[in-house]
Amino acid sequence: MADATTPSAPPAFVGPLADKDRIFTNLYGYQPWNLDAARKRGDWDETKKLLELGQDQIIDTMKASGLRGRGGAGFPTGMKWSFMPKESRDGRPSFLVINADESEPGSCKDREIIRHDPHKLIEGALVAGFAMRARAAYIYIRGEYIQEAKVLEAAINEAYAAGLIGKNACKSGYDFDVFVHRGAGAYICGEETAMIESLEGKKGQPRLKPPFPAGAGLYGCPTTVNNVESIAVAPTILRRGAAWFAGFGRENNKGTKLFQISGHVNRPCVVEESMSIPFRELIERHCGGIRGGWDNLLAVIPGGSSVPLVPAAEIMDAPMDFDGLRAVGSGLGTAGVIVMDKSTDIVRAIARLSYFYKHESCGQCTPCREGTGWMWRVMERLVRGDAEVEEIDMLLQVTKQVEGHTICALGDAAAWPIQGLIRHFRPEIERRIAVKRGDAPMMEAAE
Amino acid sequence: MADAPQIPDEAAVRAQWGDFAFTSANMARAKELISHYPEGRQASAVLGLLDLAQRQVGEQTNTQGWLPVPVIEYVAQQLDMPYMRVYEVVTFFGMFNMVPVGRFHVQVCGTTPCMLRGSDDLLETCYKRGMKKRATTADGLFTLSEIECIGNCASGAVVQINDDNYEDLTAERLDYILDELAAGRQPKTGTQEPGRHTVEPVGEPTNLAAMMTENHDYRGEW
Repeated sequence: MADATTPSAPPAFVGPLADKDRIFTNLYGYQPWNLDAARKRGDWDETKKLLELGQDQIIDTMKASGLRGRGGAGFPTGMKWSFMPKESRDGRPSFLVINADESEPGSCKDREIIRHDPHKLIEGALVAGFAMRARAAYIYIRGEYIQEAKVLEAAINEAYAAGLIGKNACKSGYDFDVFVHRGAGAYICGEETAMIESLEGKKGQPRLKPPFPAGAGLYGCPTTVNNVESIAVAPTILRRGAAWFAGFGRENNKGTKLFQISGHVNRPCVVEESMSIPFRELIERHCGGIRGGWDNLLAVIPGGSSVPLVPAAEIMDAPMDFDGLRAVGSGLGTAGVIVMDKSTDIVRAIARLSYFYKHESCGQCTPCREGTGWMWRVMERLVRGDAEVEEIDMLLQVTKQVEGHTICALGDAAAWPIQGLIRHFRPEIERRIAVKRGDAPMMEAAE
Repeated sequence: MADAPQIPDEAAVRAQWGDFAFTSANMARAKELISHYPEGRQASAVLGLLDLAQRQVGEQTNTQGWLPVPVIEYVAQQLDMPYMRVYEVVTFFGMFNMVPVGRFHVQVCGTTPCMLRGSDDLLETCYKRGMKKRATTADGLFTLSEIECIGNCASGAVVQINDDNYEDLTAERLDYILDELAAGRQPKTGTQEPGRHTVEPVGEPTNLAAMMTENHDYRGEW
């Protein structure tokens, strides 16, 4: 495990995280989500003092903390906030949009924040909205999170009633509104400009950039779109200091992070851990190991469905962070970790993701609209081996023609899982084709 | 598509829904939603109003509701939007039903994380009970859909039925839930795994054990 720091620097802290250093202490909902209970856990504790730090100080602290956006792309959060205009020359207000449209297969962390710790998100909305001089925050929550949206709305009502948001929020003299906007079942609305389109009452189809949202976003006004987790950790970072947060994880990969482990582990769960925790440690400590033992591990999709899979041997000791997973040809994404053991039909597992992207393509750009369906149909044939060997390379070539040729990243997201499959499991695809043609003897699934 | 659901006859739909209007409670809620957006930006409330309308249709038919054309026209009128702008939103978003559904909309998540945890078995369970995808059973009780990732991956396999999620499902557990619903009883929602609270690792806690028994304040340990 390479570390970018100089040899004299102490090794980076990579877990395990102590309970006192967890931000989301009610992650599992053992205790009530309401304002009283949240206050006893430390939320809304003299928020006015946080605001008194002033906009520049808040943004500087966020920058120094090393927090990178938790929605998948990993853009530095403090820097994103700093792109917002410091004053409105033409009277346009600024908006904060919070992305709670959690729909990436494998991702299920924002749901736990919203239903069990909603006040962390609302307080974060105020602090972040204040720092970027926004007039209001819209929390765009996916339509299927019906119970979660009810909790969030009730928590917002509590915060209004207590004077924490609204006019003169927390007696700071700053007026700030928080609204819930419910989606209605479209993955693409998690893309920031599609989200803005949907907020304006249109179909959720991404916009061309530029202009970037910080210049012209919601209603043509300066807008920043942030993930739920990025916003919800902000108050704690301000309270405990940038150095505290930066004390976890390797250089360039700082902080604590919610990991969501699904699939073939003994105890799937959502858990907050230090960034850069090695994969093996994460699974052993919190998930009771791989089903059937480590020898039974086939592959892992470490960051939600959009990132390429990583074969067992390469992931086992990889640090779970942006750089560590990029080094094995994948990415941290949302840290939705999908674990697959050797019983998995790996071609079908990826073909199902291809169906997902075909289903969710918004239809705006031809390479994606046509390509996702084309790729899915070929993938379905590869599952059965009903194909020619040359079609593997043809499929790979098509993924390259979709990748990078669309307005938003959905085309890339549809291409990468297939590229990862072909990179690591080409022999398995070829074996199926051979079996189907009768060239090879049937054998036990060797994948 | 031969297996596409039949869109109901237009004249019959117009006769049934031509005078659709929000109930006073829904009208109040609609006005509240519109007030969340700046003056002149009322179109922003379109998803909210369509959801209210679909729910009202559901209440009036004892189903999960759908959006007949006259109802979409009504919503467009409320928001001062062209009908086509609202119709294209209806067709774009998966949660709006273009055809009637049953009393219980059984939505089985079939995306890879749930597939790895046995969603094939859940669909099989539904088929065995006579359900078919995109169709409603003859008794009007169950409509089956396979949906895309619903964001409960750490407690999959998951099925969303109406407004509730049922997690950590097996074929037997889903069978039980469907039996209960058919009998008019409300089974426990959330995880069906004995001893599991939400999305914590099952069994011995690996973290935040103090929270299980009290609303622990960790600030004293900072």
